[in-house]
Amino acid sequence: MANEANAGITVYKGSGNKPVGPPIERKMARWEHFSHGSDIGVRGIGRSVEEAFEQVAVALTAAVADVTAIEQQEKIEVHCEAPDMELLLVSWLNAIIYEMAVRKMLFGAFRIVLAGCSLTGTLAGERVDPERHRVAVEAKGATVTELKVTCDQDGQWLAQCVIDV
Amino acid sequence: MDPQSLLCYSDFEWWIKPTGQMRVPAIIYADKQLISDMDEKVREQLINVAALPGIQRAAYAMPDAHWGYGFPIGGVAAFDPNEGGVISAGGVGFDISCGVRALQTTLTANDLEAQKEELAEALFKGVPAGVGSTGAIRLNEQEMDDMLCGGAQWAVEQGYGNPADLDRTEERGRAIGAQPECVSREAKKRQCEEMGTLGSGNHYLEVQRVAQIFDAVAAEAMGLHENDIVVSIHCGSRGLGHQVGTDYLKSMVVQGYRPIPDRELACAPIHSELGQHYLGAMRAATNCALANRQIITHLVRGAFHQILPDVKLTLLYDVSHNTCKIEKHSVDGGHRELFVHRKGATRAFGPGHPDLPTSLQAVGQPVLIGGTMGTESYILAGTKQSEKLAFSSACHGAGRAMSRTQATHRWQGRQIIEELRNRGVLIRTRSIRGVAEEAPGAYKDVNAVAAAAEQANLARRVARLVPIICVKG
Repeated sequence: MANEANAGITVYKGSGNKPVGPPIERKMARWEHFSHGSDIGVRGIGRSVEEAFEQVAVALTAAVADVTAIEQQEKIEVHCEAPDMELLLVSWLNAIIYEMAVRKMLFGAFRIVLAGCSLTGTLAGERVDPERHRVAVEAKGATVTELKVTCDQDGQWLAQCVIDV
Repeated sequence: MDPQSLLCYSDFEWWIKPTGQMRVPAIIYADKQLISDMDEKVREQLINVAALPGIQRAAYAMPDAHWGYGFPIGGVAAFDPNEGGVISAGGVGFDISCGVRALQTTLTANDLEAQKEELAEALFKGVPAGVGSTGAIRLNEQEMDDMLCGGAQWAVEQGYGNPADLDRTEERGRAIGAQPECVSREAKKRQCEEMGTLGSGNHYLEVQRVAQIFDAVAAEAMGLHENDIVVSIHCGSRGLGHQVGTDYLKSMVVQGYRPIPDRELACAPIHSELGQHYLGAMRAATNCALANRQIITHLVRGAFHQILPDVKLTLLYDVSHNTCKIEKHSVDGGHRELFVHRKGATRAFGPGHPDLPTSLQAVGQPVLIGGTMGTESYILAGTKQSEKLAFSSACHGAGRAMSRTQATHRWQGRQIIEELRNRGVLIRTRSIRGVAEEAPGAYKDVNAVAAAAEQANLARRVARLVPIICVKG
């Protein structure tokens, strides 16, 4: 499964419940799922590590529900730190999983600001509606299996790992 | 996996001899076809586990083994703390103490037929299931800690079930040594609304019919007869266990034992502060799972009694299949206390084991093997031989044959529900997509897995169960 960024997903700058400013255009960015025996691999691809991290978060949500059906009614801010970028990716995804679990929400749009191996992320979404969001499965946690944060020769970033569901 | 790459010790026992960093051999119990269907990653992961310090005898894979997190799912490994042995968050899994419990009923299939639809609705309404579902129980801080120390015993004290249920639960429903103070605030918060919930994914609540008896003596001891109705509950430690797994996996990656061949094998020496903290948290999460299954049992009884007031539901057994337990085993002619990791594997004590209830002493521990909503489940019994073969362990389920993504491309949820209805199986779910992901065809043949476990002498088949009602998480 693969999706172009902004195909039904609009990423907005700003905070509060209402979008501020125009949607951010990121045509190259995209997310994918990849196979893992019993669970699911999530991958984000972008022109920057930030974009790749934002896209892998969309892939995480898409493993749980229909990401195109999620309205951005509420925004949540999260912070995480880690000793390296790969563990930061795991911490980022686990922060989203935690917010999904305790708020009973789904998030369809993500924005992050990186400062070294420290991350501030904004998650936009709404309370889960199993029928409308076509939910499939809960995410238990992000693992270090197939964990990668890489940049290729063309400057394209990839961020991925397996999610235990 | 290519069977040619293994040393065939017998038709159901395949070895990888120690080479390189391996301290012990790796042994896979399966038939040739199951081996051929296994992911190559199982071999890679077993070799890595065999290289960990303090490992005893061998790294084992059960017939349903597949690619896991550091350790294969369907993997068993025992460590001696006095030889530098380790404990691994990945070797236990994110859903700590996920397991299956089976309830006997006083019903036969014929008794149920006329009220099947009503019962399906009552169970669906009575047991919260699926993404975002919440239970009715709210625990304050003290009650949460009491639950984390007391497990199913705590649940029974609160009125969820009967003391007799504890006789048929591993460790009498309570993991000793739980340390709620080693469980993060986040983990406890994640559990706040999730007591008595089934979860999602491959978790389920099934009403099943005993379709076949293989071992009449063991079946009689377990109270099973053909056409009896049994209820199976598959779920785990919910958000708290998932968060404990998440927290300690990260801690073990950052501060754990070095060197390891792969980050996902992150572990800590048992005799270390981190190792001890994880053990305290893991046992608390185990108690959360045991309490959760006990509360769900109470909810199931309530749903049955709405429709069939005179029915009795008694606990046949409760087994966890994502665990690390301290057990005494024979190694090099002496008895030692080992930390036995079972990730997607079931403890399977043989007849006469002192930890079994008196009523099961003669036949061995029930081993509950989950199937899929369209196929069979099995009840097996532990064998005496299993102690020597794999520290008294057996398989836990069918294991997936294809990914969730492949399954949703191949099947439609509504179509599966309709097909199963035509075969007499009622599905209740809030997730049509989840049904497609969990399509029976996405799993390996549980019949082959159960038969291989028996032929390898890990456990013997007692009864085959077929689903009648399935509430999918």
